[in-house]
Amino acid sequence: MPTMTDTAIETLERAGTAAWLADFERFQRELPSSEPAAVRALRRMAIERFAALGFPTLQQEHWRLFNAAPIARGSFVRPAGEPTAFDLTEIAPLTFEAAARLVFVDGRFAPRLSQLGELPAGTIVTSLAEALERAPEKLEPWLGQLAGTDHPFVALNTAFLRDGAFVWAPRGAVVGTVHLLFLSSGTESQATVSFPRNLIVAGENSQLSVVESYAGAGHYFTCPVTELVAGPAAVVDHYKVQRESRDAFHVATFQVQAERASAPSSHSISIGGGLVRNDVNAVLAGEGIDCILNGLYLVEGRQLVDNHMRVEHARPHCASHELYKGILDGKGRAVFDGLIYVHPGAQKTDAKQSNRNLLLSRDALASSNPRLEIFADDVRCTHGSTVGQLDDDAVFYLRSRGIGEEAARSLLTYAFASDIVERIKVEPVRRDLEEFLFARLPQGEVVRQAV
Amino acid sequence: MLTIKNLHASVDGAEILKGIDLEIKAGEVHAIMGPNGSGKSTLARVLAGQEDYEVSQGQILFEGLTGERNLLEMDPEERAREGVFMAFQYPVEIPGVSNTYFLKAALNAVRKHRGLPELDAMEFLTLVRQKMKLVQMEETLLHRPVNEGFSGGEKKRNEIFHMSVLEPRFAVLDETDSGLDIDALRIVADGVNSLRQADRSFLLITHYQRLLNYIVPDFVHVLVDGRIVRSGGKELALELEEKGYAWLEVAQEQAVQPVTA
Repeated sequence: MPTMTDTAIETLERAGTAAWLADFERFQRELPSSEPAAVRALRRMAIERFAALGFPTLQQEHWRLFNAAPIARGSFVRPAGEPTAFDLTEIAPLTFEAAARLVFVDGRFAPRLSQLGELPAGTIVTSLAEALERAPEKLEPWLGQLAGTDHPFVALNTAFLRDGAFVWAPRGAVVGTVHLLFLSSGTESQATVSFPRNLIVAGENSQLSVVESYAGAGHYFTCPVTELVAGPAAVVDHYKVQRESRDAFHVATFQVQAERASAPSSHSISIGGGLVRNDVNAVLAGEGIDCILNGLYLVEGRQLVDNHMRVEHARPHCASHELYKGILDGKGRAVFDGLIYVHPGAQKTDAKQSNRNLLLSRDALASSNPRLEIFADDVRCTHGSTVGQLDDDAVFYLRSRGIGEEAARSLLTYAFASDIVERIKVEPVRRDLEEFLFARLPQGEVVRQAV
Repeated sequence: MLTIKNLHASVDGAEILKGIDLEIKAGEVHAIMGPNGSGKSTLARVLAGQEDYEVSQGQILFEGLTGERNLLEMDPEERAREGVFMAFQYPVEIPGVSNTYFLKAALNAVRKHRGLPELDAMEFLTLVRQKMKLVQMEETLLHRPVNEGFSGGEKKRNEIFHMSVLEPRFAVLDETDSGLDIDALRIVADGVNSLRQADRSFLLITHYQRLLNYIVPDFVHVLVDGRIVRSGGKELALELEEKGYAWLEVAQEQAVQPVTA
């Protein structure tokens, strides 16, 4: 069989990009004429940017280990009409008691599955489509301004943005937990694509938790972008639970802009999907910010999860703590690439970054690349990464007390994940993750009894 | 209770144990002393079932719950369930697993094997509170991850605490005295002494005679270069303390000379 030349691959990829550009032209004609001019301009700019960038290739530094070709070459449909794929009974196991719940099916808001409880005065929790229609001026200062369009998939999302969530917590509001649930479905012959776009603005001194969950069935591609502004002294906890179908592609960006004395936290849980990429970027733009970025990923079979992090210390006296842990089984692969960037003048920065990988099989592969770029001289920055197996001495210790070998391994695997699990403050999210782990571990029942 | 016959064991091709014979009857406390590198800890680990060691010859017959069996044919967990316990020289830290939950999983695995009903959370806590007093364990150590951040003394106390909860028939204490100050040693020894009973035997492995002032053995054996070169009563330990191991090493060389000549 003749092997493909680089030129042939390039042509194919360009053809892939061309198909997406053609689809954009169709998409534009579907848009309401009432769409704000600023949004229209944003789209135009983003698609031009995407046309220039194209889909990433393995030759590009940030995409070295993430092969986007299956996405570039894939053909996807954007579902139209009312979303009817799921009903309330079906989604019940994925929901919990929250201050508000917005459900999206294949990227479009599904009011019949959503629920708005009592929210503090002035708080807005609504679909992005509705917000753009009713109060675009509230979104314009931020929408597209934080995430930019230098990332090809963010550019693509921005070009195709249509719906998602808009969450606004006014000054001093204590909002509780907002649950955003994104469901997708598709078949091999008719894979779907969705571009959820979320904007979360937490006003000064407000307190807010947002849980973004992704789930679905069959073949599809989810390409979400979430922009978060943590206003002065705001406390914002963000949880993302990615539990997509094994046949799904998921390429997401979470962009955080933190202001003075705020305390944003991000908890990224990746336990599903076939080909997954999560970019988490935080810009610490004021003094006295305390930023926490945690992550847990599990891969098995042929799953790949690629986590890219970038934390920018732009101002002095900020702390950022990152802890990402991965459990790899089968032929699963995981990539961690994290950069802490300390700007000139960002003195007294306290930054910590840690990535730990547990390999449960010989064929699993973890790549870890923690990086520091420091342009200030009075800082404390540490990073570290480990890739290893279960400690034989620990397994023996447990067995010598009467615990079976498989149970010992399950217990130690759970223990490895437990510090990330314990840091999840939204109880139903934590419980769901525990249940997932019990179900995944060979002797999960023993673990359930023991913890 | 336990009979070791002509035990040979090696690690990475190097023979460490070169033919050990030892009989421990029910209710007896035996001590094994010896210089560094004599094979003391290897013996402990072979008894507990660590797989790094290859046993090329010999048997370890143990009267467990289900009658007499060769320990060497059993997995570590099965040995534990049948009534073998090893207190580690270096107890392993296990972040993320609370001491209580770990012990509950262990106890219930053991009880299940012994045909006893599993304990529920309340029954377990009652039992644990009572056992903690034996080794003057602080309650906070129960809720912390197993051995994580424990001081040397706390780790050793925790081992004896585990032993008291699991109620073994035969316990090996591997250098339990190492790294303990005199107060901690006394607490650990009191814990062990309170567990001495007619149907429970102990094997103490130690480098120093000091431990044997607190846990008084019925028999003392001296291990040199993988062999027991001398056995005696508790007074042998005192003699060793006075004369040092060199005394026996010289005696051994003289003893083996006619054979090699």
